Amino acid sequence: MNRKVTIEVKQLDRVVIRFAGDSGDGMQLTGDRFTAETASFGNDLSTLPNFPAEIRAPAGTLPGVSSFQLHFADHDILTPGDAPDVLIAMNPAALKANLRDVPRGATLIVDTADFTARNLKRIGYDANPLETGELEAYHVVPLNLTGMTVESVKEFGLSRKDASRAKNMYALGLVSWLFQRPTESTIQFLSTKFANKPDIRDANIAAFRAGFNYGETAEEFSVRYEVKPAKMAPGTYRNISGNLALAYGLAAGADRAGLPLVLGAYPITPASDVLHELSKLKRFNVTTIQSEDEIAAVGAALGASFGGALGVTTSSGPGISLKSETIGLGIMLELPLVVCNIQRAGPSTGMPTKTEQADLLTVMFGRNGESPLPVLAAQSPADCFDVAVEATRIAVTYRTPVMVLTDGYLANGSEPWQVPAVADIPAIEPNFATEMNGTNAEGKPVFLPYLRDPETLARAWAIPGTPGLDHRIGGVEKEDKTGNISYDPANHDLMVRTRQAKVDGVAVPPLTVDDPDGSAKVLVLGWGSTYGPIGAGVRRVRKVGGKVAQAHLRHLNPFPANLGEVLKSYDKVLVPEMNLGQLALLLRGKYLVDVVSYAQVRGLPLGAAELAEVIGNLVEEADGIDDDARHLGTAAANLTHGDKEGAR
Amino acid sequence: MTSVDLGLPGLRGVPTTDVPQNRKEYVSDQEVRWCPGCGDYAVLAAFQGFLPELGIKRENVAMVSGIGCSSRFPYYLSTYGMHSIHGRAPAIATGLAVARPDLSVWVVTGDGDALSIGGNHLIHTLRRNVNLKILLFNNRIYGLTKGQYSPTSEPGKVTKSTPMGSVDTPFNPVSLALGAEATFVARTVDSDRKHLTEVLRQAAAHRGTAFVEIYQNCPIFNDNAFDAIKDPETREDAIIPLVHGEPIRFGTDKRLGVVREGFASLAVKEIASLPNGEADLVVHDAHTEDPAYAFALSRLTDGGVLHQAPIGVFRSVDKPAYDDLVREQIETARGHGSADLQSLINGSDTWTID
Repeated sequence: MNRKVTIEVKQLDRVVIRFAGDSGDGMQLTGDRFTAETASFGNDLSTLPNFPAEIRAPAGTLPGVSSFQLHFADHDILTPGDAPDVLIAMNPAALKANLRDVPRGATLIVDTADFTARNLKRIGYDANPLETGELEAYHVVPLNLTGMTVESVKEFGLSRKDASRAKNMYALGLVSWLFQRPTESTIQFLSTKFANKPDIRDANIAAFRAGFNYGETAEEFSVRYEVKPAKMAPGTYRNISGNLALAYGLAAGADRAGLPLVLGAYPITPASDVLHELSKLKRFNVTTIQSEDEIAAVGAALGASFGGALGVTTSSGPGISLKSETIGLGIMLELPLVVCNIQRAGPSTGMPTKTEQADLLTVMFGRNGESPLPVLAAQSPADCFDVAVEATRIAVTYRTPVMVLTDGYLANGSEPWQVPAVADIPAIEPNFATEMNGTNAEGKPVFLPYLRDPETLARAWAIPGTPGLDHRIGGVEKEDKTGNISYDPANHDLMVRTRQAKVDGVAVPPLTVDDPDGSAKVLVLGWGSTYGPIGAGVRRVRKVGGKVAQAHLRHLNPFPANLGEVLKSYDKVLVPEMNLGQLALLLRGKYLVDVVSYAQVRGLPLGAAELAEVIGNLVEEADGIDDDARHLGTAAANLTHGDKEGAR
Repeated sequence: MTSVDLGLPGLRGVPTTDVPQNRKEYVSDQEVRWCPGCGDYAVLAAFQGFLPELGIKRENVAMVSGIGCSSRFPYYLSTYGMHSIHGRAPAIATGLAVARPDLSVWVVTGDGDALSIGGNHLIHTLRRNVNLKILLFNNRIYGLTKGQYSPTSEPGKVTKSTPMGSVDTPFNPVSLALGAEATFVARTVDSDRKHLTEVLRQAAAHRGTAFVEIYQNCPIFNDNAFDAIKDPETREDAIIPLVHGEPIRFGTDKRLGVVREGFASLAVKEIASLPNGEADLVVHDAHTEDPAYAFALSRLTDGGVLHQAPIGVFRSVDKPAYDDLVREQIETARGHGSADLQSLINGSDTWTID
């Protein structure tokens, strides 16, 4: 068929696209493939999977909707985007559940196959929204994707059910055409994935090609879009999710320390993928123990550390609560232990697949007694790698449990990552004790397990099997140096203060502040996964002329030494968090600075536009501009495509 | 009781020494702080006397305990040791045993520690068959917290927390272990040093989890709980001795024996009452694969106040140990060519920007 309409190619600087369907429709896979195509094309990108905790909620219902959002651009971007420019909705529920996020003017590509009266009624539509005119503010492209998919694969003789399962690939083919994505990697992927099921493989490839060709030949679309590759620093890149980066960072940390890694873990959303990934790394001397419960998991890790391995445990909030007593033991034993908390919305079971950063105070203080431990937080999916290496370094160097905070958004989100050279990561030195390090009252040489390095306050670490250095440690308070049981009041005071001093003395780089001309009155300070949205919000405000500084904390315990000074050098400090102000509480308590807390707990990442508005308003407030005269926030929030968030 | 040749599978991988050791080398410099008359002293002495005969390097012995009176045990031995937290010793020891095949790892625990707060870890360690030796000091009471009933206390027990008597049904620790299909299960008594030592020997020899229940007297909060099996007047009728390969026969003048009865059950009978006399007795076979036999034996233990209990090795069967299997997988994976961390993190889908 020859096209009668010429297809216009429209240049865009960035696009946000969301695939949505039933949780059984393969939306995550579709998103992953579109991401891979986009990464190989050279755009910068950021992704946000969003799926229900139920594995297969009833088909066609609102709770069963699963989606995958991808933001890609010709410049560096920081977030998966606030609102989709294009929504691909595979059924009425996917349309209804996602429509509230889609701004007017956006494109809706809708599979009409399931728009029956019964299905519509089930989710609360009295009439077909494709026919009532209620979507007229959008560019709606209704297509019978299922029907066209079944038609395109009929030569393979599959049942209608099996045939229609390839509809996600049909949709992927169509949007790959629309955005001029390279298709080879997806065909290659399908060939490998279904190598053992030739019918399914061929049907999926046929559906993918048919979708692509439909865009080319049908006259549905008069415009294709082009988003040029982004300018990125020279180097080798891959796309990586936070959980995978965390697993690789832990393996790399153990490797640089020359220690076998022993992971104790119990399955929990959204941390299980770290267990899955590490369980594949046996060839790197990585042992994974899937324990009977969260307590056993951290126990096994600590036992392995006692034996001279790098003990690691990974979990999410509810699991971290269960582990707290054992983490306290680790603090008392002064052994390396890396604890990763992939935070999710709480309290209790909360919303397992939704993100939040409300465990900060729990990990800071949620143990009995004075039980400090270093806390680090990753700021982006790829950053999970660096944080894991850094956590390993601190744990081994200072002989202490270390808490790593990520969250569901980082865990499942992905971004391009300039792959580091492992050999360039500095070695981590366990410095095992091999000789006596003191003398007893009779002047005989003895081993003192709690004799400390004067620099780091790290205790001597002799592992079982070391001749002559046998000793006993435990959770009962220990005498300074000897480690013997002690109930002496002065000794307890000394040991409590020493454990605190050790953590306070962990070497932490100073906080760097991004304040382009040094004249900003407002500082936006964040931690963890809010880095992207805060950065995007700050850029928007700067784009419309506002002066604002940004800083982001990686080390939450101890804080960087210059943090107090930084806080005091700004008129106003805004602290956006996905909790009710936990960092804000710490900052106020420690530095007596009345920071402005911006708290949102919706189970979703903060939005760039909402932050731009809050920041813009605060910038004008700091300049003494009255409420009703302010415009900066609104202007920054309303920036649209073409007004690059990326420009600095 | 048969003695064990010390080419011990349970200690495979642990470095040995030709230098003779003695009991004193295993005595630490810490003052022992159990109550006078506590059964723990006897167990400690027997254990310190027994370790030298293993012929392994002292620094390759690791003791892990939980919380409770018995869990102070590691402090009194000059080996590596960890006095951990309540109930978690089996989990911690699992990580240690997996990481270190060159250690002989022992868990010291009590009835509250192992069966109440740590019950989950105990059963999972047993089902996995981790190469650990678990010594459960059963005094049927909470001692360190000063006398509350424990999960092995007899029904009706009056304690500080049960002034009208306990209404709990107790665990039989041996039955519980066998329910988890433990591969080595034994019971011994603190005061019988010879028997205790022999059981420790067999436990050390076993590859996999060895579970040893030690009847241990608490003279302060539960004195005389095991009188029936300790009193020379009663013990011959109270102890059902389990000796592999021998008919289970006991009692004054050896007049009692164990016979099969009903569906998978065993019973104690007067031999004189049996149609074929001694020929009807069960010949103890600790290697019986099906744990139902050992379980039936364990049910001969009184659930309430103790009058009669089998003592000895209930079950000792071979099964691959968890930690060996875990290490085998690592070795297999490492045997398959190079493990290049750089190529791992690069992945298969990279692109280069010049």
